[in-house]
This record gives sequence, structure tokens and C-alpha cells, in this order.
Amino acid sequence: MLRVFLAVLRRELLLVWRERVDVLVTLAFFVIVTGLFPFGVGAGAGQLRAIAPGVLWVAALLSVLLSLHRLFERDFAEGTLEQLLLSPEPAVLWVLAKMVAFWLAAGLPVVVAAPVLALAFDLDPAGLPVLAAALALGTPSLALVGALGAALTLGLRGGGMLLALIVLPLFVPVLIFGAGAVEAEISGVGARAHLLLLGGILAAALALAPPACVAALRMVND
Amino acid sequence: MLECCDLACVRGDRLLFQRLSLRLGPGESLRVAGPNGAGKTSLLRLVAGLARAEAGEVRWQGASIRQQAEDFRGALLYLGHAAAVSAQLTALENLRFACAVAGLAVDQDACVAALARVGLGGALDLPLAALSQGQRRRAGLARLFLAASRTLWVLDEPFTALDAEAVRLLAAQLAKHCAAGGMVMFATHQDVDVDLGHACRVLDLGDFVGERGRAC
Repeated sequence: MLRVFLAVLRRELLLVWRERVDVLVTLAFFVIVTGLFPFGVGAGAGQLRAIAPGVLWVAALLSVLLSLHRLFERDFAEGTLEQLLLSPEPAVLWVLAKMVAFWLAAGLPVVVAAPVLALAFDLDPAGLPVLAAALALGTPSLALVGALGAALTLGLRGGGMLLALIVLPLFVPVLIFGAGAVEAEISGVGARAHLLLLGGILAAALALAPPACVAALRMVND
Repeated sequence: MLECCDLACVRGDRLLFQRLSLRLGPGESLRVAGPNGAGKTSLLRLVAGLARAEAGEVRWQGASIRQQAEDFRGALLYLGHAAAVSAQLTALENLRFACAVAGLAVDQDACVAALARVGLGGALDLPLAALSQGQRRRAGLARLFLAASRTLWVLDEPFTALDAEAVRLLAAQLAKHCAAGGMVMFATHQDVDVDLGHACRVLDLGDFVGERGRAC
């Protein structure tokens, strides 16, 4: 059973490696979107410090969203998705493998880059570990929920726009607790409650998103 | 034994076929013919369980394929219109992945041998993007040489983009599968001259349009 999970994970990571420029593009997008805010709202140190967690989180959401549409699109066009759906192994396994690979390619670079960018915003160093932890707990939820949106809009004309409309409202709870965690830590309240909530959201998404995603993919292929 | 009972298929607002019944036993092969848009692909997708029929059902060994989806998928090998290979991966990587997904227990050597059989022995390390359309198609078809354990083969346009030699090779493999007690159902829109070594039944979807129904 684990074999199909590992085979899909291996293939996805191999494809990411063969097209590693895409990862850099996602990362560059993250950096540029973050860099736009000081131009728009002014570069006062106090102001930047205040908006940093929110800005980084919104940029993280958008960069995950940017690569979401690619998740199933190519497999759908190539016919690989049909083969996966006809596998005698449980479909939840390979869907989960795709989600894990997607997070490693689109989520993990953001988690790593965010603390560095936060320094540019002069964020209190005490908040940096919490920022990274919150992103590490929150971005997998974004990938899981986003994959469901990608499955639902697969094969539709203008699916990318619809995908954003479906998925962005669902990202709001993660955004609230993710950005809130950093602010809570800096203000001295402690980020424990926020991080636990993010973990709870991740657990729920991990349990619910893969089966829902399989159902959506079967429906799209019908 | 594969049975289709009174199948009807609707795509968009159009009725493609209805009251289609067929029966395929061990050692038999069936060619699905018909002009473009007659519903060949739709029929094969219904049989594979990828799509739902408007009416009727598909049965495998006497029971509906919906009730025993995992058993049925364990006996089925389906190759769709697209070759189901990734252009960024090499032929070997594609084949190993396809076998792992299909649950076929084969090792690296068996995969290399199968690729050599389809004439890709010299191009194992190249990504498929560097190969021709016909070679990509061959890379997809290589899994047929490892899938003897799958009883039912459902192939959509397997002869597309292949040269004469590859057509012969594929036909021989289909004949071998039937001779070993397997079943093959495949679609072609052109009258390819394939010799399967035995009488291959033909189902012409042109006959099922409109009100008429007929059993094959």
C-alpha cells in the first residue's frame, strides 16, 4: 500500500527537480509581493514592524495559490490521472502523496524564506521562530484545502480565477491564526493557543481534504 | 467474463448510443469501430469504470463493477487516448511509475527488457520530450509487455502514431494475451490491418445511434 504513495511522491519530486525553475519563480513571487508593501504603505520602521506578519502571510497565501492550478492539470491532460484513478490501491494514498510533494515544492520554500524577509521588516527577533512555526503548520493546510479547489476546477475554462474564488475564503481562518500567532508572541501573550489552533486546522484538513479530493477527481473524470 | 447490459451514454445533450449489450469471454477480443464522435472512447471509459452510464450496467464475473471496484481494477489494464506518460521523465521512469501505480510487481530489469521489446532500448536515459510522438506512444505501450497478469485489456486507439513494425508487434502481443486466456477490447477509427491470429469481433457503434438496439 505504501508503494503507490512512495512511487507518486518520488515521481512528483523528480518532476519538481526537473523543473526547478518553477520553485524559484514561486519564491521570487513571494519576495516581490512582500517587497511591494513598503512602497504602498510607507516605510516607517514602526509601521513595517506592525504589518510584517500580515503581509508575509498574505504573500504566502498568494504564492501557494499561484502554483495550485498546476497540481492536477498536467496529469489530467497526459492521461496519468486516469491511470491513478484506476489503480487498485486506495486513491487517498496517492492524492496525499501529491499534496505532500506540492507542499515541499510550494510551501516549504516560503516557510524558509519568510523569517529572512521578516528581518527586512525589522520584526522583533522573538517573533521569528513563531513565524516559521506558524507557517510550517499553516501552509500544509493551505496545500490540502487548495488541492481540493484545484480538483474541483480541473478542466474548466478559466479555472484559475474560479480556483482563487473558491479557495481564498477558505484560507481566512489559517490567515487569522497564523498572523495572530506572531503578534501574540511579540505582545507577550504567547503564541501557544494560536499554534494549537493551526495544528487543529491541519489535523482536520489532513483527515477531510484527501477523500474529498478523490471524490472531486472522480467526478471531474466522469 | 465481461458483460455490458443495455448501456446508454449521453454526452452533453446528445445520445451517443443506447441499449448496447455485449459479452466478452476468456480468449476473445473485440474491436470497437465507428466514425469520430460515435462514442468509442466513451464506451471504453464506461467499461473501465471511469465514467457512469446513463442507463444499464457493466458486469465483471457476474457482479457489477461498482460493487467490486477494487477487484475489477486489479484485473483491468486500461490505456486511454493519451499515452499516460510524462514528457519530463525518461521511458524507464515512466514505466516504473506506471507499474507501481497499477500494482504490478516488476523489477528494473523487467522494465528495461520491456522497453527493449518496444524498441526503446537505446533511449532509456532520454526524457520523452526528446523523443518522437510514436516513441512516446511506444513508451506508454511498454506496460502491455508486463501486464500478462491483468485479464482484461481495454485499449483506446492503441495503434495511433505507430509505424508498421510497431503495429505488428502490438498485434502479436494482443494475440498472445488472448491465446493465454485474456480478453482484449480496443477501439480504432480506421480499418487497421491487424492480424490477431483469431477472429476478432467487431462492434460498430454506428449501429447503436437512435432508437435501434442490438446485442453483439
